[in-house]
Amino acid sequence: MGQVIDESPTAEPRFKARGVDKHFGPVQALTQVDLDLYPGQITALCGDNGAGKSVLTKCIAGIYEIDHGQFFWEGQPVHVRTPRDAARLGIETVYQDLALADNLDIVQNMFLGRERLRNGFLYEDDMERAASKTLADLRVTTVRSIRQPVASLSGGQRQSVAVAKAVMWNSKLVMLDEPTAALGVVQTKMVLDLVRRLRDRGLAVMMISHNLNDVFEVADRIAVVHLGRMVAQGRASSFDRQSVVDYMTTGASSRSGQQANADGATSGTR
Amino acid sequence: MARAEAPETAPDPTAAAQAATLEVPPELVAQSLGEWFRAWLTRIRSGDSGVLPVLLALLIITIVFEAISPNNVFLSAGNIVNLFQQSAVFMVLAMGELFVILLGEIDLSIGYAGGVGAAITVQLVQPSTAKWPWWGAVLAGLLVCVVIGGLHGTLVTRLRLSSLIVTLGGLLTWQGAMLIILGLALSGYPSLAGLDANRQVLYNLMNGTIDPVVSWVAMAVVVIGIAALLWFGDSRRRRSGLVAPPVSLTLIKIVLIAIVGISVVAICNINRAANGTLAGVPWVIPIVLAVFGAWMVLLQRTKFGRYVYAIGGNPEAARRAGINLAAVRTLCFIICSFTAGIGLLLYASYLGGMSGNINGGQLVLYAIASVVLAGTSLFGGRGKVLHGILGGLVIGGIYNGMGLLGLDVRWQFIVTGLVLLVAITIDSLSRRSATSGSAARV
Repeated sequence: MGQVIDESPTAEPRFKARGVDKHFGPVQALTQVDLDLYPGQITALCGDNGAGKSVLTKCIAGIYEIDHGQFFWEGQPVHVRTPRDAARLGIETVYQDLALADNLDIVQNMFLGRERLRNGFLYEDDMERAASKTLADLRVTTVRSIRQPVASLSGGQRQSVAVAKAVMWNSKLVMLDEPTAALGVVQTKMVLDLVRRLRDRGLAVMMISHNLNDVFEVADRIAVVHLGRMVAQGRASSFDRQSVVDYMTTGASSRSGQQANADGATSGTR
Repeated sequence: MARAEAPETAPDPTAAAQAATLEVPPELVAQSLGEWFRAWLTRIRSGDSGVLPVLLALLIITIVFEAISPNNVFLSAGNIVNLFQQSAVFMVLAMGELFVILLGEIDLSIGYAGGVGAAITVQLVQPSTAKWPWWGAVLAGLLVCVVIGGLHGTLVTRLRLSSLIVTLGGLLTWQGAMLIILGLALSGYPSLAGLDANRQVLYNLMNGTIDPVVSWVAMAVVVIGIAALLWFGDSRRRRSGLVAPPVSLTLIKIVLIAIVGISVVAICNINRAANGTLAGVPWVIPIVLAVFGAWMVLLQRTKFGRYVYAIGGNPEAARRAGINLAAVRTLCFIICSFTAGIGLLLYASYLGGMSGNINGGQLVLYAIASVVLAGTSLFGGRGKVLHGILGGLVIGGIYNGMGLLGLDVRWQFIVTGLVLLVAITIDSLSRRSATSGSAARV
């Protein structure tokens, strides 16, 4: 539920979550969470540590199964119980720890688990061409050779490879967990440019981030979770830094609250 | 890339560019042989030297033992062939052990697990008791090894036990089992010496020779086949603009393979008997090559092989990629025990029978030392089948040379221990320098 700020009801969200509950034993991690993710838009998911950002992401990615509530994919109700279910819908996740194998090269990492075969053997030429094309499309041109081991890449390059790996599979929704954490200024810019290109290709992008600079630089929409509840979501332009911080720390903001009421949007703050 | 990042990672852009060259395998950036060679030198200086140390070790061992062995017998044709035969056992065991080491696991039991298989095979061909045909006996022995490997793998993956403990238990259990099987013989230990065809075949695995002319023809066919595969593969990749080594490097590889092939066959075809004629390539060489080729294709060209490396490098990444970790791991333990079965069968053939005195514990250490010595990491994810061949040759060289000097088993134990220690120290140090290198990059 939460506060819906300046909603744009025209486009159908690619992904909708409604009333999602998730608990681990006695701990209620998510309570009645709603979330909308639109194609061609970057939604920043903000929240303090332990607010439930990662749990929500893992529920959408099929790593955790939700207790109550419903997911909708392009308007249709769907069940996402395993990572395979998510992959079938076109949902890909880029985790914070990247999930790349250092000892494998870029091509091998991008095709890990989905290798192309010819006569039962790995079809290296074809995989190398496809990986090369994807990287070129995303303008990840800074790597020397796509046959270099991932261990030899910089943090920004590794993140780019992880993102390219996620979009390679005709994915329609890409979720990025703290993509710019631990990156320097230049590399952060490189990754944020890459995230914009995903949006320009019409993907729905969800980006978990602590970094409000990044959020306001690329996000089209912002969603804030606080103590397992979705306290606000809406167009990025209707937030400012202070209101996001207020929502993240207290779960409410006097500033955006007034704006939301002024826009006549529904409000459901509890 | 280095240039783009230079402003924040390093104040001097050229320094950053140089740093980046160190980390890229030379064959990926070089367009000509000169460039490739320079990149390779830079890489050696940065600590990643590939198989160079093991080749150096081989050279040193050859020079030292040739100098100090009585009558300089080390490099005589007879001794070189004997060295190949001794090394063959270590090579095969090492190529099996490689599969579990690549996962970051270990199998301490291969000496006796393979021993159980070999003991069964040898018992089954005894004309006084079982009278099985040799191929049936070999299949039965190897099948038992497969079951043993499956048992180890299942305990490690399903019950999440440490492979060290499981296979340490295996080391003792299979030694006992092997002794029980050997004790079934009516009298004494089962021998492979005998005129019946079945035992002859097994005896000839190690001791039989291929006719010199056939050796030359077979070697030529194999070398030309490999050369053709390399040449057409690399040129196809160059034509389609994929990452490929320069033409000259492909040619050098082909020439090296031809030189090795011709030398081995030439040495083996020298008459090495004191009286009469004994010449030709021993059967064991094509057997080792077959294991080498099969396992190399499996590791480099199949999904399974790719998954082995992925699990060794980052098990979590492998799990998220949808790889069935338990299945791949179990299969690696099975391949390890199966290959050990082949190794111990060759050992039995070398000994001319199966003895309860074989030192399976020492064989395991030789196998582990072989691959680690040649550059395979005990921490998983890094290693090649070729390491088993080269490392096995080094260990075999030490073993053989000490035998020539008349040093007995006590000294062999000490040297084995020292060699293993040195190999693992090198592995740890290179890993540490690699880690500090990547830390600087992030």
